[in-house]
Parts: sequence; C-alpha cells; structure tokens
Amino acid sequence: MPVIEFAGVGHTYPGIGSTPVLRDVTCRLAEHRVGIVGANGSGKSTFVRMLNALVVPSTGTVRIDGLDTARDARAIRRRVGFCFSDPDAQIVMPTVAEDVAFSLRRRGLSKQEIADRVAATLAAYELADHHDHPAHLLSSGQKQLLALAAVLVTEPDLVVMDEPTTLLDLGNIRRVRETIRALPQQVVLVTHHLELLDDVDRALVLHEGRIAFDGEPAEARTYYEGLFA
Amino acid sequence: MSMLAIYLPTGSVVHRLPAGVKLGGLVAGCVALLLVRQPWQTAAAGVVLAALYALARIPWRTAWSQARPMLVFAAVLLVFQWVVVGWERAVVIVGGLVVAVLLAGLVTLTTRTVDLVDAIVWASRPLARVGVDPERVGLLLALGIRSVAVVADLAREVRQAQLARGGQRSAVAFVVPLVNRTLRHADRLADALVARGVDD
Repeated sequence: MPVIEFAGVGHTYPGIGSTPVLRDVTCRLAEHRVGIVGANGSGKSTFVRMLNALVVPSTGTVRIDGLDTARDARAIRRRVGFCFSDPDAQIVMPTVAEDVAFSLRRRGLSKQEIADRVAATLAAYELADHHDHPAHLLSSGQKQLLALAAVLVTEPDLVVMDEPTTLLDLGNIRRVRETIRALPQQVVLVTHHLELLDDVDRALVLHEGRIAFDGEPAEARTYYEGLFA
Repeated sequence: MSMLAIYLPTGSVVHRLPAGVKLGGLVAGCVALLLVRQPWQTAAAGVVLAALYALARIPWRTAWSQARPMLVFAAVLLVFQWVVVGWERAVVIVGGLVVAVLLAGLVTLTTRTVDLVDAIVWASRPLARVGVDPERVGLLLALGIRSVAVVADLAREVRQAQLARGGQRSAVAFVVPLVNRTLRHADRLADALVARGVDD
C-alpha cells in the first residue's frame, strides 16, 4: 500500500479572508482503507484534494510514497485516482465506453488494448450493457459507478473518494459500498454516511481544520456524533 | 428525446467510414451549400441528406429529434429572410442551414466521439508548430458535445425550480441561476480534468 504523509500541513484559500481551512495537520496513512468524516467546512475535501495535488498546501508537505505533491504532481496523478461526489462533473465524454476510454488517452496503449480494458472494466461494474449509452441518461448510481470505473481503468495504487454516496439512494449507496469493499487498492474515503466507516481500518475526524480524532472507526463515529450532541 | 446527437450504432456503411472522411464530407457539404442559389438545389440537398440518413439506418424519429430544436428559430429566420430578400433566397438560406445542421448531426450519430477527437487531433497536428496542443483541440470538441447535454440538464433543473416557486416567467430569474450553475459546473469539471491527468 502507498504511504501517505502529511507534515505540518496548513492551507488557506486566496480570497476567502485569512481563515485557514487546514491547520498544522500531521499524519501518516498506510492502511488499506481510511475513512474521513467531519462537518461541512471542516477541511476534509481540501485534505483529500491534496492527495491528488489538486490543492497544494500553503505550508508543510504532502507526500505519496515519498513523492511531493508540490513537485511531482504528474507522477502522483498517475498513481492516485480521484472520485468526486458529483459524477456529472467528472464525466467528460458523451457515452459510457468513451468516458472510460478517455482515462486511457496518452498512455501509449493501442486502440485494441484500450477497447479490451474498457470492456473488462465496464463488465466488472455492471455497465457492459450501457457501452454506447449516453452517459447523461444513466441513473445517479450508474453515473457514480461510471465515474469510479473511469478512475479504476487506469489501475491507480490509491483511490480517493470525496463523498461518493452523497447524491445516491439507499440501493445505490449499498452498490457503491460493495464496490469499495472489493477494491484491492488503498482507499481514502470522505463520507457523511457514517455506516461506511464500518468498512475502514482507520478513521480521522476533521474539525475546524485539524485532526480532532484519529483511530478506530467505531470510536471515531462516537467522537463525531459527540460533536453534535 | 434528447436534442443531443450522440453515437447511435447501427452497423451501417456510414458508421464504418473513417471519422476523417465524414468530417471532410461535412466540410465539403457545407461549402457546397454556400454555393447553392436555387430552391430546387436546396431540395436536392435535402433528398441527398435523407438518403444518407436512410443509408446510415438512423430511425426517422431520431432524425426528427435533430431538427425539432431549431424549427422555431428556422421559422422566424425564414419569415425574416422572406421579407428582406424574397421567398426563393429565404428557402435557400434557411434550407441550407437546416441541411447543414442535420448533416453535422449525422456525423455525430454515426461516429464515436473518440474517433472524432482522434481525427481532429490528427488534423490539428500542424498547429503544434505555433504552440497549439492538438490533444487540447480534440478535448475541446469532446467537451463541446458533452456540454450540450449538461447545460440542457441544468436549464431543465432551473426551470423546474422556477415552477416549484410559483412558475414566474422572468428571464433574469432563469438566466442568472443557469449561468451561475454552469460556471460552477465548469469549475468542477476543470478539477476533474486535472484529476484525470489531462493537465499532464
């Protein structure tokens, strides 16, 4: 599993005053599945966006297996797949297969290799019947699975998911949850659905830009619920 | 029925043509339409277009869905041109426009977007000498096609929100949230493109 290291990380977005969204965050994550919970505005999305170099910290360093996100963004993005909460914003191509294939552009693969990998990935996520289907006509759950398939077809070492179940109904939450459970890769999962913490090995609770709790998922859940008591 | 022309596989001979040939045919067809001067020539272009749709085995309902969104615009333009330049010229101008749009729709209905992108990237290679990234030109095309569906969905959601709040028919109340949501979508899409390595 990749080793994620945050060292004295702080971040302030320009134009939002001087309030930092992350403050002096230091941690080392090497578990198979890591869950992150926190209230809106607690800094959890900024935290995970740093894993893919979408956000570079104002202070401190973030390293993925020794690669610094401030210097090695390209190499890191080849190893870290990112899944957003709104799949509509992540789907680039008009049809299902084309969107998955889009992830494999510029990777030096032949058309046949791309077609084979796309077909295998769509079959794995029960989207094979939607190969040429317009992506915007899929259900919310199917769109989220497509977004995930488009990430996983590149075979990343680390999969980051920022609230992947937020827009889904119960059935689709279960479907995405089962998919996450089956992933062999390291997964960092931000969620508001606390039952998803049952599947992780370690959980962080972010509160006002700091790691307020770091430990067992069940204890993290209790701690987080206590913040709203 | 979506107003978006999206790949519709039927296995026809038109589908099997290389994307570059179809794009070249589209350009040639549009240039030919610019040279049309008589209504019968426009009608002939329409017959050729219908034959191409039939050859591509595109269902008439799908073909109709390509034309329907522009009918009001075409009708207004036809009346305007009729008054300004006479009926013959009006038929040539508006008919040519409709044929050109339907011809472009036929290209997207019979060609996978990735193949279109590849053809555009190939055709844009000479631009690399002046600093233009051909991959980005291709991406622009893909995003353009995809964005039609996205903005149409956003417009529908904004309209439904308007109806839910009493059905006010203010243009400002429609356009402002639509532009706002479109820009937010663009921001999120930019993040997603970077996350998917497009910026590499």
